[in-house]
Amino acid sequence: MLIKCPWCGDRALQEFSYQGDATVARPPEPADPADANWDDEWYQFVYLRDDPKGWHDEVWHHIQGCRKHFKARRHTVTHVIADTAPMSEELKGGDK
Amino acid sequence: MSRSYRTAEGGRIDRSKPLSFTFDDVRYTGFQGDTLASALLANGVKLIARSFKYHRPRGIMSAGPEEPCGMVQLREGARTEPNIRATQVELFDGLVASSQNRWPSVKWDVNSINNLFNRMLPAGFYYKTFMWPKAMWMTYEEVIRHAAGMGRSADQPDPDRYEHMHAYCDVLVAGGGPAGLMAAKSAADSGARVILVDENPELGGYLRGRNQKVGAKSAMDWVASVHVELEAMENVTILSRTTVASYYDHNMLVLNEHTGDHLPTADGWTPRQRNWKVWAKQVVLATGSIERPLVFGNNDVPGVMLTNAIQAYANQYGVTPGRNAVVFTNNDSAYEAVLDMHDAGMRIAAVVDNRTIETAATKPVRERGIPVFHNHVVFNVRGNKHGVKGVEIMALNEAGDHVAGSIIKMDCDVVGMSGGWTPTVHLFSQSRGKLRWMEDITTFVPDVSFQQERSAGACKATWGLNSCLKEGAKAGAEAAKAAGFDTAKPVSSPKSSDDGMGEIRAMWRVPQPPHSHLKRFVDFQDDVAASDVELAIREGYTSIEHTKRYTTLGMGTDQGKTSNVNGLAIVSEELDKPIPEVGHTTFRPPYTAVTMGAITGTERGHHFSPTRRSALHEWHKQAGATFVPAGMWMRPQYYQQPGESMWDAIYRETLNVRTKVGMFDVSPLGKIDIQGPDSAEFLNRCYINGFGKLPVGKCRYGVMLREDGMVFDDGTTSRLSENHFMMTTTTAKAGPVLQHLEYLLDVIWPELNVHVVSVTEEWCGMAVAGPNSRELLARCTDADISNEGLPFMGVAEVDICGVPGRIYRISFSGELAYEVGVSSDWGPHVWSTLMEKGQDLGVAPYGTEAMSIMRIEKGHVVGAELNGRTTADDLGFGGMTSTKKAFIGQRSITKPAFLETDRKQLTGLKSVDGKTKIPRGAQIVADPKGRIPMEQLGEVTANCYSPNLKEFIGLAIVKGARDRKGDRLWAFSPLTKECCEVELCSPHMYDPEGERLRG
Ligand SMILES: [Zn+2]
Repeated sequence: MLIKCPWCGDRALQEFSYQGDATVARPPEPADPADANWDDEWYQFVYLRDDPKGWHDEVWHHIQGCRKHFKARRHTVTHVIADTAPMSEELKGGDK
Repeated sequence: MSRSYRTAEGGRIDRSKPLSFTFDDVRYTGFQGDTLASALLANGVKLIARSFKYHRPRGIMSAGPEEPCGMVQLREGARTEPNIRATQVELFDGLVASSQNRWPSVKWDVNSINNLFNRMLPAGFYYKTFMWPKAMWMTYEEVIRHAAGMGRSADQPDPDRYEHMHAYCDVLVAGGGPAGLMAAKSAADSGARVILVDENPELGGYLRGRNQKVGAKSAMDWVASVHVELEAMENVTILSRTTVASYYDHNMLVLNEHTGDHLPTADGWTPRQRNWKVWAKQVVLATGSIERPLVFGNNDVPGVMLTNAIQAYANQYGVTPGRNAVVFTNNDSAYEAVLDMHDAGMRIAAVVDNRTIETAATKPVRERGIPVFHNHVVFNVRGNKHGVKGVEIMALNEAGDHVAGSIIKMDCDVVGMSGGWTPTVHLFSQSRGKLRWMEDITTFVPDVSFQQERSAGACKATWGLNSCLKEGAKAGAEAAKAAGFDTAKPVSSPKSSDDGMGEIRAMWRVPQPPHSHLKRFVDFQDDVAASDVELAIREGYTSIEHTKRYTTLGMGTDQGKTSNVNGLAIVSEELDKPIPEVGHTTFRPPYTAVTMGAITGTERGHHFSPTRRSALHEWHKQAGATFVPAGMWMRPQYYQQPGESMWDAIYRETLNVRTKVGMFDVSPLGKIDIQGPDSAEFLNRCYINGFGKLPVGKCRYGVMLREDGMVFDDGTTSRLSENHFMMTTTTAKAGPVLQHLEYLLDVIWPELNVHVVSVTEEWCGMAVAGPNSRELLARCTDADISNEGLPFMGVAEVDICGVPGRIYRISFSGELAYEVGVSSDWGPHVWSTLMEKGQDLGVAPYGTEAMSIMRIEKGHVVGAELNGRTTADDLGFGGMTSTKKAFIGQRSITKPAFLETDRKQLTGLKSVDGKTKIPRGAQIVADPKGRIPMEQLGEVTANCYSPNLKEFIGLAIVKGARDRKGDRLWAFSPLTKECCEVELCSPHMYDPEGERLRG
């Protein structure tokens, strides 16, 4: 596989490390830290991930390159990567 | 009659270079340019192996990578390798090979009794017989393995070298036959970087085995001229003896280059094989096609061969695999072969053609007086392990589904069969391309591409030389154009003839006379006959994937190159469903087997991962250190002095720290430099304890969790200035912690203005520990390191031994101790200066063993406790956990399971009798003599003899340990059967109040 790092360009898969589902957001901290509780929202975040067949937005780390994280839209069946973008930008392409 | 089957002249072998080789301990001679198969055939050796299941005698069937039968055990000793296709082994002087699947010998094989009882071994036999009772399976399996086997692997380390290569190109051409050559030429002419890959030692593909012309030249002269032309081009790389093994995502292909397999041994700097990863913008597949066997009675007798193979042996190697042939075909392609065989001096007893109508191809054969039987079939082969003796021929009835009339018996010693041609679509299919069934030529062809590739020539069912040349040229130009070379155009192809295989009359199972039960083999390597496929269908297997697994059809090392289409056509007939509906099994990489060494490459032994050595490595070596791998580092384990045992050295080092002063190289500890205005806030969110208010010039021990609440890592972090921190991690987690921090900054909190960078290699770290440590350092620096000037957990930037550095007042040994950090370049200078200045203070180095002992004595976690299942509270850090701030993993630690009181908690252990050592890795149980399975209360995570406490101690995580101090349990190792009664105690076994380190 070739993955296009938004900063370095096309590089071999071996330079990257998969870092999880980009569509899952970390729940915000409670206003008072003492209220931080184990609840369903947190359970969903820590343990549950979808396993979609098709397009999937993911976080990748260019661990053997510039060491930046970025987003990639990858097709889980074909491994086609429609787009990659810095974390702050939206992904385009695919059928999403 | 001479025993040699070598023609008087001809062939692409060098008759001036005879080569000697042995097969099953018999010495033979071949020539340079032979394969092992052609040399064996030239010597009249027909019996090569016994088959996998029935141990039937088998010979050479093909002349290429599709060979299902003629597999040998190649070479001897450490270089021996099983399942090697004799058809692809280039002969070299001194080659040693032996037959497989035979015991005690290929000629007298005890297990061929299986063949006599073969009706007892139908499809699924192993499943049905041996799956019950389950406990017996292991026994059965052993017997089966001995009896069946597939050769044996070497039992010594592989002495050969292998390399990995990485390459990028615009156009990769797979296959150096006519289409591939034209594709490479057209692409290269446009300026594209081209890699042309061909599995044979000589380019030309199928032309090597034919007598064809390209333009006015002989085809192989034309090939040679194109080769010279391509080789002269700087933008072309030709890889011969190289197989495109696999086609992966994003046009990444793996090639297996056999750089040294044709040599007696690949010595000097030549690797035996190279494993290439090639990223190609565009690919041209010109992988050719493979002739199909016909499925008739006893079609596996040695001497029954694919017709094109007999032709290739005659043309390319000057070998006639027999003297008197019968050729059985259902298409025109065999007729050209018959003419070449005849030219090579073979007698052709008959051509048997199942088609009813004569074609133009028949005429030249008839003109030579060779009898041709149309609408007839060979339904049986007579023969034994010595080879074919003759065939039995019958006419077909009108419908063509039964044999009719009387049997014609004919003597012969070789049988050619041609059931049409199967395009080699393996790579296309691996690339996720979709196949389409073509009924008229009864084969699958590439239909819809998925990746950046196109097929050309016979692999796309384009038969005929002229068409292949044209199509190759066009594909090469298209590929170059798609790779951005706009001016690319097909080079003009020389005129040549265009004979195809004509009309084909599919006959997936050749009928046999009533009441015959002749074995008609479909998959020769796995011993799957037509009757096995029929049985599987009768038993309800309707999916081709299930049928494949049940019968083992196509599951051999040849991956069914000759059997797949025949097999699924029979399934289709039995199910009465058209072939496209039956579908085909998946083509998986690699195309032909790749040896493990090539996959491993140079990444073996010490080169499996980088070896990291600290800046002080040479010093340790000079001081007599024994090294131990820790993470990727080589660390000094202990420094043995003359006359000392290992334990003497370790205890001496430990006591020296406790009584005088010791020095330990802590360079491998992970070090992360953290800078930026939000650094304090960032650390506050990373650690369970507070870092926001850590004063400048102070360090603090911190614990990090994962989001699921389990302990991730620990270490000390110092504040060097308002916005500048230095974090240390454990040696093992240095990489993961940095990645974790980067993730948090990039993904979770991009608003924080913080930079993190690994500085592990930049800093040389040395622990200076023991009562004399302050005195020693004071001799080497002007900085105030008194208890007031640098109190416990203080950090100062200083000049030490004349160079800039840092001194941290931290201790893991439990003694008054410091850690000195200087630039790695200054490390050896500072270390040896300290050693020199401290001689009268008793300074001595200590290794990882002494360090571990002191950590255990102090109850500092050593590593095995951070097993991903322990919480901060389990390890005794509960009190450190802040409730006044949010941090990673905080919401998980309120999970009910985290709050249970009988969680496994860190505890100290003492051997009750004081003499028995606590076994390492032992289980903690209540009663070692109790009933099995017994409750596992915990496990020993660290153990040692404490030379300071003079007893055997350890650390463990034990259920509810914190409330069980004083309880007696047992540490039992099921591995070593060692057993020790232990008493649970506080982990802080030495100087529990910490007076020594604060003084
Ligand atoms: Zn990058």
